[in-house]
Amino acid sequence: MNDMSQILKKEPEPAPGEALSAESLPAKSSPVLRFEAPPSTSLWAHARYIVTENPVTGLAFGLFALILLAALIGPSIVPYDPLASNTNAALQAPSRAHWFGTDQLGRDIFSRVIAATRLDFSIAVFSVALVFVLGGLAGVMAGFFGGWVDKLVGRIADTIMAFPLFVLAMGIVAALGNSVTNIVLATAIINFPLYARVARAEANVRREAGFVQAARLSGNSDWRLLLTQILPNIMPIMAVQMSLTMGYAILNAAGLSFIGLGVRPPTPEWGIMVAEGASFIVSGEWWIAFFPGLALMIAVFCFNLLGDGVRDLVDPQRRN
Amino acid sequence: MTSPPLLDIKNLTVEFATRRGAVQAVKSIDIQVAKGETVAIVGESGSGKSVTSYAVVRILDRAGRVAEGAISFSGIDLVTADEAQMRDLRGREISMIFQNPRAALNPIRKVGRQIEDVLLQHVQATRATAREKAIEALTKVKIARPEERYDAYPFELSGGMCQRVVIALALACQPQLLIADEPTTGLDVTTQKAVMDLIVELTRERGMSTILITHDLGLAAAYCDRVVVMEKGKVVETAAAADIFRNPQHPYTRKLMQATPRIGMSLADLLPDAPKGPPAEAKAPQVTPAGAEPLMRVENLVKAYPRPSAGSFLAKFTGKVEPEKAAFRAVDGISFTLARGETLGLVGESGCGKSTTSMMITRLIDPSGGRIVFDGADIGAIPAKSFAVSPMRRRIQMVFQDPTDSLNPRFTAERAIADPILRMGGISGRDALRARCEELARLVGLPVELIDRFPHQLSGGQKARVGIARAIALDPDLVILDEPTAALDVSVQAVVLNLLEELKGRLGMSYLFVSHDLNVVRLLCDRVIVMKTGAIVEEGTAEAVLGNPQAAYTRELLTAIPHPPM
Amino acid sequence: MLKMIGQRLMTTIPSIIGVIIVTFLLTRVLPGDTAAYFAGPAASPQAIAEIRGKLGLDQPLPVQFVSYVTALLKGDLGQSLTTGQPVTRDIAARLPASAELTLAGLILAMAVALPLGVLAAVKQGSWIDHLCRIVATAGVSLPVFFTGLLLVYVFYFLLGWSPAPLGRLDVFASEPPGVTGFLLIDMLLARDLEGFRAAFSQLILPAVTLAIFSLAPITRMTRASMLAVLGADFVRTARASGLTNGKVIGTYAFRNAMLPVVTTLGMVFSFLLGANVLVEKVFAWPGIGSYAVEALIASDYAPIQGFVLTMAVMYVALNLMIDVLYGVIDPRVRLEG
Repeated sequence: MNDMSQILKKEPEPAPGEALSAESLPAKSSPVLRFEAPPSTSLWAHARYIVTENPVTGLAFGLFALILLAALIGPSIVPYDPLASNTNAALQAPSRAHWFGTDQLGRDIFSRVIAATRLDFSIAVFSVALVFVLGGLAGVMAGFFGGWVDKLVGRIADTIMAFPLFVLAMGIVAALGNSVTNIVLATAIINFPLYARVARAEANVRREAGFVQAARLSGNSDWRLLLTQILPNIMPIMAVQMSLTMGYAILNAAGLSFIGLGVRPPTPEWGIMVAEGASFIVSGEWWIAFFPGLALMIAVFCFNLLGDGVRDLVDPQRRN
Repeated sequence: MTSPPLLDIKNLTVEFATRRGAVQAVKSIDIQVAKGETVAIVGESGSGKSVTSYAVVRILDRAGRVAEGAISFSGIDLVTADEAQMRDLRGREISMIFQNPRAALNPIRKVGRQIEDVLLQHVQATRATAREKAIEALTKVKIARPEERYDAYPFELSGGMCQRVVIALALACQPQLLIADEPTTGLDVTTQKAVMDLIVELTRERGMSTILITHDLGLAAAYCDRVVVMEKGKVVETAAAADIFRNPQHPYTRKLMQATPRIGMSLADLLPDAPKGPPAEAKAPQVTPAGAEPLMRVENLVKAYPRPSAGSFLAKFTGKVEPEKAAFRAVDGISFTLARGETLGLVGESGCGKSTTSMMITRLIDPSGGRIVFDGADIGAIPAKSFAVSPMRRRIQMVFQDPTDSLNPRFTAERAIADPILRMGGISGRDALRARCEELARLVGLPVELIDRFPHQLSGGQKARVGIARAIALDPDLVILDEPTAALDVSVQAVVLNLLEELKGRLGMSYLFVSHDLNVVRLLCDRVIVMKTGAIVEEGTAEAVLGNPQAAYTRELLTAIPHPPM
Repeated sequence: MLKMIGQRLMTTIPSIIGVIIVTFLLTRVLPGDTAAYFAGPAASPQAIAEIRGKLGLDQPLPVQFVSYVTALLKGDLGQSLTTGQPVTRDIAARLPASAELTLAGLILAMAVALPLGVLAAVKQGSWIDHLCRIVATAGVSLPVFFTGLLLVYVFYFLLGWSPAPLGRLDVFASEPPGVTGFLLIDMLLARDLEGFRAAFSQLILPAVTLAIFSLAPITRMTRASMLAVLGADFVRTARASGLTNGKVIGTYAFRNAMLPVVTTLGMVFSFLLGANVLVEKVFAWPGIGSYAVEALIASDYAPIQGFVLTMAVMYVALNLMIDVLYGVIDPRVRLEG
């Protein structure tokens, strides 16, 4: 045992030294790639690095906080009742009194845009949460167990994917009935294949990984392997997926209400407000459609940037 | 060496820009290569050997740059030469071949066309003669049926064949200098020999100079005139190949050389400054005498995989039913025994069925036929799916090939070691568990303060120790070692092999050691089984099989190992 | 190659079956009285019962499914209540308008996205790379109907460069004889340059709207896959053998990088066909998207069902074409089948 401890001391120091090594023996990638991914010391430090190195991500986190705030307390702080019409003040351009102007019924567009945040945000959050649970679970089980589970999940995903997704969402809402719940459901359904496939691929790769095999040898049952070895390791990737699809979910919901599905007037919602303002564009009253459209754009933009940021945070190697 | 060297690297420093500022991968090195000379650059990972060669042909990544020094190639300064000039030199005067030959070829272009591209680029052929010349280049690297291979895509060729194509590509324009960067890493030993022999033959024939970049000191000494040893970006020693083994000067070279397994060494010899002793005495008494019931008896073990149905769907329509092909038998009816306290080596090249065999014995996959009798019970009959809850599970454990891949990135070392104990160990209480993990860590020589770290915070050797600690956590009777050192540098390998040997004696285990490296097998194993295409071709004591092989295939394997001049 | 196409054709069969089952389920099984939908909101209970009988909705489900499939095979998608025409005829008449718009948008997007993505990857970190990043992020963030409206406001209302966003041709231009259904091509065939100009100026804004939307995924994918390929071993080999930059990027990297891009096209088409509906609404484009939207407003369900089915079948066909294209580029798929 004595010489064993001697050997110990002679061994090269751990990770930091290795990360600097310019080449690895069975190097699969170019030697320099290894320079780019130093071992993350802590998630926190890494997060701070991401935000400071990439101010855009910082901006996205700031925007997200604003959107969250508007969704939480927006309706109670707006200057006007978003539903109150005032025909005397119809079609007014943006001014001190009405920052974003008023619509054809004299409703304050600023108040309506802020008040709409809650609805649009909730639709996105609920649909993404729903598909995260359903699609994620189905995918992980398909990837891990294979066999008929895999075939079934694959068949469902393929069938959904056989449709242009927005068109399928239209069909679903048209058939199920015009309601917010059905928009959430339709958005979740069309995102199902994406989640199921990512989860399946990740689970499938890890099914044969050394550490899963090792856990098998340690006497873990299949279900335990799934819960302790597979799921925790694909969570980060699924989180990235979630933040990346949030923007798409909002766009999708707004698109549906733009063509008259789901949300009904006079409920303030960005898509429907743009639709209401559309006919005034050709006569020059741009603000009616512009501000809700802008809000929508900023929200989606924020979620997309956030998605990239989360990905950087979770997977430093994939940043480019 | 009176004439000026063909390649003269002087005071070269290469830097890489990283998040934490510039890092020097190569530090003020000098290397000369004379005309017609074969020079090896040897070093472990991180030594800067590949970076040096990339700097010579100037294909460093964007982040890398030559910070200082000069590289002169037949009088041309390669550091300052303009890009057009460099392009003319690359492929025509200086060629490179890389490891992983399949990836080194464009996957969607016919290999013949890829050779033509280089010929046309350097005006070595015209459109009219390109095809003919490309086929000629293929012929020179001894590819059978070169006309047919011209139209092949890389995915249709074997690894060794791809490497021949890469060599043909590199030598097509008759360059003066060939840089071979780990050209045989990942290839089987017989293929390695064929490829190395070919490279040496072709370069000698043309009076070319060659730089062989490798981690394998034995390979370097066997094939090169001179050896340059690099460590952490610096050249530590340059010597004639014949001298480097006999009389290494630098301590690092000595350590490296010592750690390289060779004939006539004992395991302990691999370690620097270890007390030398006769190797055999520790081993012999542990093995149970012949006649006693062995720990495990494998009888007529078979693993068959159904072949993917070859019949095209058009054939099904036209009613042409192709005859059903026999299933592919990865393991084809093998039988052997493993005595208590024995280390049995399972040797063969890739695809010989050794890994499939070990997976069946660890009960990760189900055999298609035959019996695995372990301590009197036929464990082969227990389905792999339910083996996790079998009382036998704790008695058979495994150390995996890739220490990184075999650790859950979200588990600390302690959690990884504790996993089998939590499932099957019956130790209750946090403190008891912690104590046991620390005990195991000490046993495998892992500093106790490291066991709260995550895998990415550990070095390769430390991760290997965690893997070993996990495998022995439940005092198994049999441990399967699946190429446990294949992913490690030689110096770490030496340590890990010694650790394994020591643990076996202490804990009274038996090993099934799966490996392709005969030199390592010789050191560690009592008996050896040589496998080829799913069957056993030779079996016997390590001494007999490796010292006096009977089967032609074993002899072929043995001669393929590079023999450095002693 | 033929074998590969044949095999791929076989795999579309389950997709088509899935599509038919889903469209059937959407109207028959899900909650809500289909007959009431079909009868419209103002129908009396008696009328609803009559329609139920007429549509065979009082039959058991499998029987309904069989008659649905039989009708499909005959090309019968039912009658539209708003136009009074068979849905099949309506869709056939409006399909070319949608196809012309979608294709124009796609071609425009590819023409910008491919060079941009390649340049961004080759000159990583340069201004063009940053531009690429902005385009990619902004493009996916812009709601397509919002982009359309902005373009209309700027180019029609403010600048007056574009005609009113009201369909494929302004009221003064005359329709060319319908040969292909694609106005631009038909105008050229009729040698009506004035008409071509008129059709072109109507098409350009909606096409640009679609292009902006689909630009992002193509650029992003091109850049990413180009970057990956440029770091690949075989590109290093090509560089180390002294091939020119043009050869390395053009012949070696680009073709390999196109493989994932071609795969992405499937998703791009999914986006495009969906966005098409919104763009057609904004520009009053007389395609099948606006047909479906009008039917939605009138609660006229046969056209919607027909629309969803047509879109799905078209999309399956497009994916088939994409796979064949993939096989043309990649010998591994072509030879192994």
